[in-house]
Amino acid sequence: MKRSWLFLLTLFTIYACQTDDIPEGEEVQNPEIPEEPSDPDEEKPGQPWVEGFYLLNEGNMSMNKASLDYMNFKTGEYRSNIFSSSNPDVVGGLGDVGNDMGIYGSKLYVVLNASNKVEVLDAQTGTRLKQIDINNCRYITFYKGKAYLSSYLGSIGDPSAPNGIVAEIDTTTMEITRRVEVGRQPEELVAHNDKIYVANSGGYSPPDYETTISVIDINSFSETKRIEVAANLNRLKIDSQGDLYVTSRGDYLEIPSKLYVVDTKIEEVKKVFDLGVSNLVIHNDIAYMYNTEFSYLTGDYSVSYTMLDTKSETLLDGSFIAESQKDLIKMPYGIAIHPETEEVLITDAMDYVTPGNLYCFSPEGELKWMVQTGDIPAHIVFRYSSSHE
Amino acid sequence: MRKNSGYIQFILLGLLVCPSLVLAQVDTLPAIELQEVLVDHNKKLYHAHYSPSPVQFIAGEKLKRLQSLNVADALRYFSGIQLKDYGGIGGIKTVNVRSMGSQHTGVFYDGIQLGNAQNGQVDLGKFSLDNIEKLSLYQGQRTQMEQSAKSYASANTIYLETKRPEFTDDKNYEAAAGLRTGSFGLFNPSLNFSYKISNAVAVRLSTEMIRAHGRYDFQYSNGVYDTTAVRNNADIASYRLEASVYGEHGNSDSWKIKYYHYDSQRGLPGAVVANRFKRPQRLWNSNDFIQWEYTHDFEERYSIKLRGKYSEDFSRYVDPEIVTTSGLLDNEYNQQEYYLSLVHTYKVKPSWIISLATDLEHNAMQANLYRFAYPKRSSLLNVLASVWDFKWINFQVSLLSTGIYESVEHYQSAEDFQEYSPTFLFNVQPFSSPDFRLRGFYKSIFRLPSFNDLYYTSVGNTFLSPEYSDQINVGFSWKKQRSNILLNITSDIYKVWITDKIVAVPGTNLFRWTMFNLGEVVTNGLETNISTSANAGADFNFTVNVGYTFQESLDVTSGGNSYGQQIPYIPKHSGSLSMMGSYKNTEFNYSFIYTGERFSQKANILSNYLQPWYTHDLSVSYSLMLFKNPLKAEMEINNVLDQQYAVIKNFPMPGRSFRFGLNYQL
Repeated sequence: MKRSWLFLLTLFTIYACQTDDIPEGEEVQNPEIPEEPSDPDEEKPGQPWVEGFYLLNEGNMSMNKASLDYMNFKTGEYRSNIFSSSNPDVVGGLGDVGNDMGIYGSKLYVVLNASNKVEVLDAQTGTRLKQIDINNCRYITFYKGKAYLSSYLGSIGDPSAPNGIVAEIDTTTMEITRRVEVGRQPEELVAHNDKIYVANSGGYSPPDYETTISVIDINSFSETKRIEVAANLNRLKIDSQGDLYVTSRGDYLEIPSKLYVVDTKIEEVKKVFDLGVSNLVIHNDIAYMYNTEFSYLTGDYSVSYTMLDTKSETLLDGSFIAESQKDLIKMPYGIAIHPETEEVLITDAMDYVTPGNLYCFSPEGELKWMVQTGDIPAHIVFRYSSSHE
Repeated sequence: MRKNSGYIQFILLGLLVCPSLVLAQVDTLPAIELQEVLVDHNKKLYHAHYSPSPVQFIAGEKLKRLQSLNVADALRYFSGIQLKDYGGIGGIKTVNVRSMGSQHTGVFYDGIQLGNAQNGQVDLGKFSLDNIEKLSLYQGQRTQMEQSAKSYASANTIYLETKRPEFTDDKNYEAAAGLRTGSFGLFNPSLNFSYKISNAVAVRLSTEMIRAHGRYDFQYSNGVYDTTAVRNNADIASYRLEASVYGEHGNSDSWKIKYYHYDSQRGLPGAVVANRFKRPQRLWNSNDFIQWEYTHDFEERYSIKLRGKYSEDFSRYVDPEIVTTSGLLDNEYNQQEYYLSLVHTYKVKPSWIISLATDLEHNAMQANLYRFAYPKRSSLLNVLASVWDFKWINFQVSLLSTGIYESVEHYQSAEDFQEYSPTFLFNVQPFSSPDFRLRGFYKSIFRLPSFNDLYYTSVGNTFLSPEYSDQINVGFSWKKQRSNILLNITSDIYKVWITDKIVAVPGTNLFRWTMFNLGEVVTNGLETNISTSANAGADFNFTVNVGYTFQESLDVTSGGNSYGQQIPYIPKHSGSLSMMGSYKNTEFNYSFIYTGERFSQKANILSNYLQPWYTHDLSVSYSLMLFKNPLKAEMEINNVLDQQYAVIKNFPMPGRSFRFGLNYQL
């Protein structure tokens, strides 16, 4: 009797062993690209050309699953998890909730919201150059050799300091040089005419949302003005005329979500579109927008895709996704326009807890190719040949 | 009979074919003295053998020896259970029985349910084993006729029975003082005292304090980097007090009243993610309840049982990382529960008992949240149950009627609800020997949406329906005694359907998740327990328990992205082994727990893969007489091989740890 137990125990111990940890490797997909782009070097000698794009997957909070993918237009290869494979020794990997990303010069800046850091990478190789620690960082933009980063809170744990900040990062030293206090829980920001415009949300204190854009004078690095817009601002983009397109999320109940146009010359709202906008991108004087309306009664989403002429500030007829293709996308989450081909890249976060998809649509709105991404694919930046430096 | 033996062959074949199956886990059998074992087939003593619903229990001496600080730790030894453990002494621990989700499990404290209308689940980590006599898990439902209607209202139930005063002949009191200390800065004094006021009335007081800094080192690695970090903000300070009065008058009246108090303050160490090893969130809890029970036998055939409870729950959560216009995020939640139950049992014939149980419950909740609804819920539960108990067969039927009446002070309330839920159970002896019994049940039940599911600001959805579970279970229990060895093998196979599963779905954006009845899960499972106890010579006793669980729990949500994939945190294979021996005054225990590979999210992909884990725990204790009273000293080493593992992704568990204890009885 006892001997057989001993035997079982031995068997169990052998059977029940852990395998070695499997570091998450690169995964390569080869999406169909029907038309091979001709060699841009021949067409526009000396001009930078788009050689690929990075895609940042946010990952759910606390899952530590942010990941970076790269699409190489030359080879047609889509590589997943390139941060992990280029930087396998970074403790904890890319981190928790990849909230934004941008390329400036030869560097790629990845904003990791819940990991309280910005990873600065070599835009060519994806290898880490530096980690910049900053709490609760949200969005990044660039201007005259500096990066500007919004952060929800200036200090953690101080009950009398609910305001957020914008931090200035020197792109050569990769150090934070200056900070300025703005409104509560600032979101997207742009820099224009030696000023920074940042959308305040106030999302930590419902129903007491912020309703303003903070204006920062870059030279003095101080907040000089607040432009009154509407409750709970989020997206903020600028067009070629110097007009800001800013979205208000409202209070999700009585105050509806809307799109506002702010003239930076007079620093006032000049137009309102009674239209909810989840996300938008402006390219060649056209704003590509989508909106996901959600019914709390049925749990159904309705998604709409619209375009707006930013010169005439009028909505355009039609959509940038063909009617027959609309059902393909369950939950649009990120959008980008290829600067040369004007193809539309849209990410699909699906149910937010499983891997998503990236779709590439022709300018006519027909699906060209798709690939599987990580969890919550969200942010796309194009890499130009000039990023080699 | 033909059918039955075919079934037995199937189970036995399964045992032989699957090699991992014999590598199993837990038990249903207490480490009983062999003198007791050798008593004839006694339905009371072998309750588990004759029970139509699969039951596992740990009681008395064995419970003491399982190196468990709290109820959750001890429940790990049961098969069919997955413990959701966020790690450390202060970590929140809930159980998931047969992949149904923790809200389908009812937890009862001395026969009365521990409710939590706010989130529908009970943190079992906060219930100390110091004052627990017996811990049982019933699949389906317990089949005792005097139980309340609430006992029929969960898919499975855990019963915690507290210690009762017991007096030796010449003493009118009993006292025990204990102290435990060890890793994590643990300081855990306890005191138990019972006093006999008269032959009819006795009181018992049990109190305990736990303090620990909770810090521990853990390894953080991906195979390339390998670093050691410290789990921070894992401290806890908690205090428990229980005072009970027991009365017995003649043969026809008995009553008990219990007051229970618990309060705690703890840090929430949070998920370990890149660049973030320290978090500042804090949680306070307090729970007070008074509950009572009164039984009166009118005559031999008819008796009534009355039960009542009033409970208050408070919790406070502070998050210094969220600063609002009114300071740090500081949420407070209050709950009240009123409960009354009356059960009639009538013995129609010696082998036929019927029971009518009526429960009334009222729950209310308040919170200092923006747009909080202030919900109230009244429930009326009625059960008609009947049992036919013959030597060869035991057959039980029950029908539960549930009426729910919801109201809110603000905004919209959920709709009222009425449902009837049937259960059938049987236990038969197919052969002439009572050593082999077959059992089975069918049960249909639901769990109500919790107050959080319905009303939590911006997350709650008042249109939710209950989440239903349907279970079919068949199994056997076989036991054999030969001279001084007792062997017991039980095995069950089951199928569980979860429909209208309540899941969180993101709304317009990631910050606004909302609850919906969206998921469907089908589970096919098998549980096997083997236990043996023996005497080898006069001074040497041992017990070995092995348990194995197989669960295939598939997401079958139509149109879902993960159709046909194993649901998160459910391993296909899990098991445990425990061995207990005693020689004269020395006791030694070894236990092993194994949890197979799992996935942390719905997609069964590499990036969601979680390694199997297994822990070896050892303990030794020695008893001696000090001033004519027994003193017991014990030493434990847990996770002997210092395995680094996580039950929940990014929540690392402690490696090797030590505990020392002293217990002195008067």
